[in-house]
Amino acid sequence: MTVAVQVRSPVTHGEARPSLRSAGLDLIGISKRFGGVHALNDINLRIAPGTIHALIGENGAGKSTLGKVISGVLQPDRGHIAICNRPVLLRSPREALAMGIATIEQEVSLAPNLSVQDNVFLGAEPRRAGIINRRGLRRLWQETIADSGFHLTGSELVKGLPLGPRQQVEILRAISRQADLIVMDEPTAALGRDESRALHRDIRKLRDGGVAVLVISHFIKEVLALADSVTVLRDGRIVRTAPAREETERSLIEAMLGRPLSSVFPKKTPAPKSHSVLLEGRELVASGLDGISVEVRAGEIVGVAGLDGSGRIELGRALFGELPLASGSIRVAGSPVAMPTPRKLIRRGVSVIPPSRRDDGLFLHRSILENATISCLAEISRAGVIRRRAETRKVAHMLAQLDVPLQRCRDAVATLSGGNQQKVLFARAMMRDPVALIAIEPTRGIDIGAKASIYSLLASLAESGVGILLISSEQEELTGMAHRILVMHQGRVSAELSGPEMTEERILSAAFSNALQPKVGRND
Amino acid sequence: MISSIRSDKHGLRARPALSDVPKTLRRSGIVLPFLALALVLTITSSTFATQANLLNLLDQQSSVLIIAAAGTLVFIAGGLDLSVGAVYALAAVIAGRIAQHEPVVVAMLAGVGVGVLVGFVNGFLAAVLEVNSLIATLAMSFVVTGVAALVTSGNSITLYNRPSYGDLAQTHILTVASSTWVALLVVVVLGLVLWRTVLGRHIYSVGGNPNAARVAGVRVTAVRMTTFVLSGAAAALGGLVDSSRVLSAQSSNGGDALTFAVIAGIVVGGTSIKGGEGAVWRSFVGVIFLALIANGYNLLGLNPLYQQITLGALILLAVGAEPAARVITQWRSLRRNPPVDSPVGSDIHGQSFIVPEGT
Repeated sequence: MTVAVQVRSPVTHGEARPSLRSAGLDLIGISKRFGGVHALNDINLRIAPGTIHALIGENGAGKSTLGKVISGVLQPDRGHIAICNRPVLLRSPREALAMGIATIEQEVSLAPNLSVQDNVFLGAEPRRAGIINRRGLRRLWQETIADSGFHLTGSELVKGLPLGPRQQVEILRAISRQADLIVMDEPTAALGRDESRALHRDIRKLRDGGVAVLVISHFIKEVLALADSVTVLRDGRIVRTAPAREETERSLIEAMLGRPLSSVFPKKTPAPKSHSVLLEGRELVASGLDGISVEVRAGEIVGVAGLDGSGRIELGRALFGELPLASGSIRVAGSPVAMPTPRKLIRRGVSVIPPSRRDDGLFLHRSILENATISCLAEISRAGVIRRRAETRKVAHMLAQLDVPLQRCRDAVATLSGGNQQKVLFARAMMRDPVALIAIEPTRGIDIGAKASIYSLLASLAESGVGILLISSEQEELTGMAHRILVMHQGRVSAELSGPEMTEERILSAAFSNALQPKVGRND
Repeated sequence: MISSIRSDKHGLRARPALSDVPKTLRRSGIVLPFLALALVLTITSSTFATQANLLNLLDQQSSVLIIAAAGTLVFIAGGLDLSVGAVYALAAVIAGRIAQHEPVVVAMLAGVGVGVLVGFVNGFLAAVLEVNSLIATLAMSFVVTGVAALVTSGNSITLYNRPSYGDLAQTHILTVASSTWVALLVVVVLGLVLWRTVLGRHIYSVGGNPNAARVAGVRVTAVRMTTFVLSGAAAALGGLVDSSRVLSAQSSNGGDALTFAVIAGIVVGGTSIKGGEGAVWRSFVGVIFLALIANGYNLLGLNPLYQQITLGALILLAVGAEPAARVITQWRSLRRNPPVDSPVGSDIHGQSFIVPEGT
């Protein structure tokens, strides 16, 4: 790297910056893997200067990963980014910024206790010998705010601002760094309608000023209204890139739908309606839930669909006693659970597969054995002392059923593949012979072979009479497994689908509900 | 996709072998240096390997061993108890005060009760209110030290007229002092608790991943609370053992020096300060290891000024080895896989970057 810069060597920051503003950005053969999952697979894409370019796709399609590669947060395994036909190295967000690429994250990343102007110039304050030149900063702020046309007070603290203005602060920050490309990840996900409209206006203004804006979104309507061109991603690959005016809601939904996975799913058995309700939530109100009710009967697999932020995950957490309820009640096998906690629900025979095996599932440094038995220690101990032989026998029996290599049950669970880690969580859940199972994203980030075995496991559990709530972001999984599907939107059920209604298209359109078209999904 | 199915069947090893090195090193880490040091001392000093020296060494370390054994549980559950030195002193002066007029047994029970009480307060602050345990127990150590000074009015309490107060530490069974027996009993019992009981498993789970522990049905708050109560009781017992040995108690005994000796022993033994990993036997070896160094300096007549430096360096080695190995691993992998594919095709200089769409 210390050799004199040759014509073809990658540009690193510090050199004269190639003109992103006149040439745009090219992605050439970008691939990125996470474990066994191809998050991005040979992505070739051009982002033209002065345009609004949208990336759209289902959860897990790779759009956020691609955004992170462009903004320097992630480095591609293969392929590169080029400006003006010259490859550039973006090893960190800081280097990307030096190239003129600014990022506005899903979660606004401002310092709440600093003023608006301090936030805008954070890290790039005019200074001399390490001391901030307050007057210079004030002058810069006045120039910047005048150019932008935003109505913000420089001295106000950020923590007092609502989300919309906060996003404006982020945009100003990007502008003040002379950004030529601004990456926005789900910019309107947390905004109300008026704030979204204001943001769209700001984004267009940026474009008219010659800045390229990459908007990552799953709001189809937003993309159609805002973008100049649209790239649809599915399973880490580009389906197509086309001018937005050539696309329709229907064409985009169709492009986003995955390949059929029907061969992977076991045959469905119809769940008799007469069976008793095993797990029930009534009028649940909690953070992210707005008075939702669900019932899971014996032998039934109830699917729950919805976009990120629809309350899908929160429903699972609330039913398991993990989210404090503002109101509503949870019943197991007909009798109510007072002040629900995970411990109480486990004791009543409810098991859970938590949404993230890393964050709230496994003890990564402990052994497979200990991870599997943590919820049923009372059954294999006497006076608080664990009976080792009983424990080993129980685990051996369970792991054999799940096809996890048994000889390694004393190894740390972190040494297993994602699929086998997930099976350890299933072993934990099944150890207690549950009456009901809440499976939240049970196949997230695992390969197709492990997925198939988890599907057949779920099916056999249901057949043996367990009531299963299957919460998933993957439509194929829901249509392939569930007897009926609840589609959630803004903390409520926006559609209940069963039988032939359970198509991925119907799920998507109900999940997009308001964003797509109001009141769709029920009566067509 | 096909390759990933195959690797899954074999139970894919997710980690590269290199990052396992610090782990195995830490797993057996302290044992080898311990044996080496003992060997060196046996060879270089004629007095080291004598029964008198070794028994004396154990006797002197008995209170630290007791406190470190319980402190290990606090560590593994993800906490830290800085109040042990203060509780050690308070328990001793309260027991001493009471023993001047009341039966010794009552005095001792009161001493341990004081430790349990402070442990409860620590646990309430750290587990229920979720105050950072370092801050909570630091503040409590000031409070407790102050209370101990109030109890004694700054004087030393002597118990030469109550010889039975000395029974706890000074009875000899099979030529070994009872203080040592008490310490070994505590180490073994707490070691077994951690290794074989439901509580032990819960302690590991709470320290390793509190969210997951809660989801798995573990009473996270109660488990954390229990570790602090045990730590408080052990600190009090340590104070009683030492005051029983010398038949006197002072509010200035123990204190920060003792607290740091306990933490140093636990850390050198290899219990992770991040929680979720560790063992009581490690802390036993760690405490004795540090005592051997002091003992060695004495026996060999080395300049005691270097003792502190040696001690500090050892602790740094104990806590720094793993992060250092991790940083080195990162550097190596960065050098091996530079962020961008280096060979850039000559077509880069051709003018067009026509994007092959949808292919």
